[in-house]
Amino acid sequence: MKTRLSLGQQSALLSLALFGVILLIWQLATLPEAHTVAADVDPEYAALMGGGAAKSASSFPTPVEMGATLWEKLSDPFYDNGPNDKGIGIQLAYSIARVLAGFFLAAAVAIPLGFLIGSSRVFYDALDPYVQVLKPISPLAWMPLALYTIKDASMSSIFVIFICSLWPMLINTAHGVANVRKDWLDVSRTLEVNPLRKAFRVILPAAAPTILTGMRISMGIAWLVIVAAEMLVGGTGIGYFVWNEWNNLSITNVLFAILMIGVVGMALDSVFGVLSKRVAYQE
Amino acid sequence: MTDPNLSFLQVENLARVYPSPTGGGDVTVFDHVNFRIHKGEFVCVTGHSGCGKSTILNILAGLDTASAGNVFMDGREVSGPSLDRGVIFQGHALMPWLTVLENVSFAVKSRWMNWDKHKVRDHAMRYIELVGLKGAEQKKPSQLSGGMKQRVGIARAFSIEPKMLLMDEPFGALDALTRGVIQDELLKICAETQQTVFMITHDVDEAILLSDRIMLMSNGPHARIAEIINNTLPRPRERSAIHREPHYYPIRNHMVDFLVSRSKQFGALRDAADAPSSPAVFDPVDLIESESTVFSALPSGKPHIHLVNA
Ligand SMILES: Nc1ncnc2c1ncn2[C@@H]1O[C@H](COP(=O)(O)OP(=O)(O)OP(=O)(O)O)[C@@H](O)[C@H]1O
Ligand SMILES: [Mg+2]
Repeated sequence: MKTRLSLGQQSALLSLALFGVILLIWQLATLPEAHTVAADVDPEYAALMGGGAAKSASSFPTPVEMGATLWEKLSDPFYDNGPNDKGIGIQLAYSIARVLAGFFLAAAVAIPLGFLIGSSRVFYDALDPYVQVLKPISPLAWMPLALYTIKDASMSSIFVIFICSLWPMLINTAHGVANVRKDWLDVSRTLEVNPLRKAFRVILPAAAPTILTGMRISMGIAWLVIVAAEMLVGGTGIGYFVWNEWNNLSITNVLFAILMIGVVGMALDSVFGVLSKRVAYQE
Repeated sequence: MTDPNLSFLQVENLARVYPSPTGGGDVTVFDHVNFRIHKGEFVCVTGHSGCGKSTILNILAGLDTASAGNVFMDGREVSGPSLDRGVIFQGHALMPWLTVLENVSFAVKSRWMNWDKHKVRDHAMRYIELVGLKGAEQKKPSQLSGGMKQRVGIARAFSIEPKMLLMDEPFGALDALTRGVIQDELLKICAETQQTVFMITHDVDEAILLSDRIMLMSNGPHARIAEIINNTLPRPRERSAIHREPHYYPIRNHMVDFLVSRSKQFGALRDAADAPSSPAVFDPVDLIESESTVFSALPSGKPHIHLVNA
C-alpha cells in the first residue's frame, strides 16, 4: 500500500526520525563505559584528572535522566527556596522581564529617532557617524560603565539590553522611512495630508515591514545578550541559573537551561513572525 | 463662459533646468513653454520620451518647481500641491496595505476632514461604482488586474472633486482592450462632470478620441510646445466610429508627421531669428487644405512650420 504524504507530513516525519537518531547517539555516548576510558586514556592523565574526569563523565545525563529532570522541573516551575534555588519559570520570568523592559525602552527611542533620521537628510548625515561608531560595540562592553553609573545590577542588564536592541531598530526604521515609495508621498502631498496623518497613515504602514524586521533582529540579539549579561552580574535570571548550575557541576541542569533558552528564544521570535505577517503587504 | 483672456489655467514662459550629470553646463529640458487651458477643457500633450512632459505635469501639480516662469490656476499662482488638482499617476500609486475602498476613502477623508465615517464611505463607494469596481471594494491592490488598479486611481482622483485633473500616461501600461474600455469610461465621466483635464499620452488615437486640444512638444533639450491642434471632432465620440469623421485622418496624419519628423527639426529652428515664441495653432480645416503641402514640403527639407506659422 502506497499512501502519499503531504510535504508537511514528510518533514514532520523526517524531524521525528532526526530526533530519534539524536536520542540514540546521546544514549550510546552516555553509556557507562569506565573501563574503555581507562584503556584509552594515558594513565598519568587519568591520575591527574583523578575523580574529576570520572565524575563529569558520569554526571552527563542519559536521555532518560534528562527526561526525568525535564518533567520534574517543568511540573513545578515557580518554587522559590531562596536566592540560589528558584524554579526555572521564575528565572526565565526575570530574564524575559529585563529583555522586554530594555527592548521596549529601545523601541521608544529608536523608532521615533529612526523616523527623524529617515525623513531628513540633514539628521541622517549628522547622526550617521555616531551610529557607525556605537553600533559595533559589544553591548557587554557597556556593563562596567552601566554598573558604575546606575549602581544596580538588574538595571544595568536592562541598560545593556537597551543598547543592543537600539541599533537594528534605529537603522531599520531610518531605512524603511527613507525608502517609502515616492509615489505614495506624492499622493499624500497632492491630497494635502497633514504631517501627523502622513506619518501614521502612509509612512508608518509603508515602513512597517522593515521596522518589524529590525525589531525582530533586536529581540534576537537581546535574548542572546541577556544570558551573558546575567552570567556577568549574577543574582537572578536564566543566565545566572546556567552559571550557578555550572558551579554546582550539574550538567543536567545546564542542559535543561540551554533547552529552555532555545525554546523561549523561539517563542519570542515567532511573536515577531506573526506580527510581520500582519503588517506585510504585497505590491 | 468667462472672459477668454482669463483662462482657467495659464502657463507662462515655463522652463526647467537640471544640473548636468557630467558636471558641465546645465541642461535646459524645456523653456518658453506657454499654454492656456479653459475650464472644462480636455487637453492632451504628446511628444517624444524625455522631452519633459512629466516634468511639466509635476510642476502643474505642485510636486516640482519650475526654474523659470509661472503657473496660474483660477487667478492664483500655483506654489505647491493642492486638493484642487487631482493627479492620476502613471504607476497608479495605490497604497498596497489599504483596500480599494480604503484607498479612495483616504483621499475623501483628506478632502473633507470633518465628514463622518458613513459619509466618507458612501462618497467613496459612489466613485468606485462610477469606474465599475463595485464588488471589488474590499480587495487589496495586489489582487487587482492592472486595468482595475488604474480605475481605482481614477476613482481616487475624481472622488476629491478637484478643479482640474492631471494624468501622466494613465493607460500606458494597459493592453489595448482594457485601455479602450477605460477610455470610454473616462469619456463618460468627463462628460458628466465637466472636468478640466491635462493628460500626457503617447497614443495618437487616444489623444484624438479624448481631447479638445492636442499639444505637441518638440524634442529636448530646449523643448517647447511647438504646435497645438484644435480637435473639433464632434462629441459624443465613439471609439468605433471616430475614424469615419472627415477630420480624423488629417489630424492623425499631422500628429504622426510631427512626431516622426518635425519634432526634431524644431530644435534647429529654435534659435533662428523668426523662431516662434508661441506655438503654431492648427484647426482641422487648415489641415485638410495643407495636407498635400505637408507631404510635398518634407523631401525638400524645408521645415513645415514656416509654411503654416500661425
Ligand atoms: N532629477 C533629474 N535630474 C536630471 N535630469 C532629470 C531629472 N529628472 C528628469 N530629468 C531629465 O528631464 C528630462 C525630461 O524628463 P520627463 O520625465 O519630464 O520626460 P517625459 O517627457 O515625461 O518622458 P517620458 O515620455 O519618457 O515619460 C529627461 O531628459 C530627463 O533626463
Ligand atoms: Mg513621463
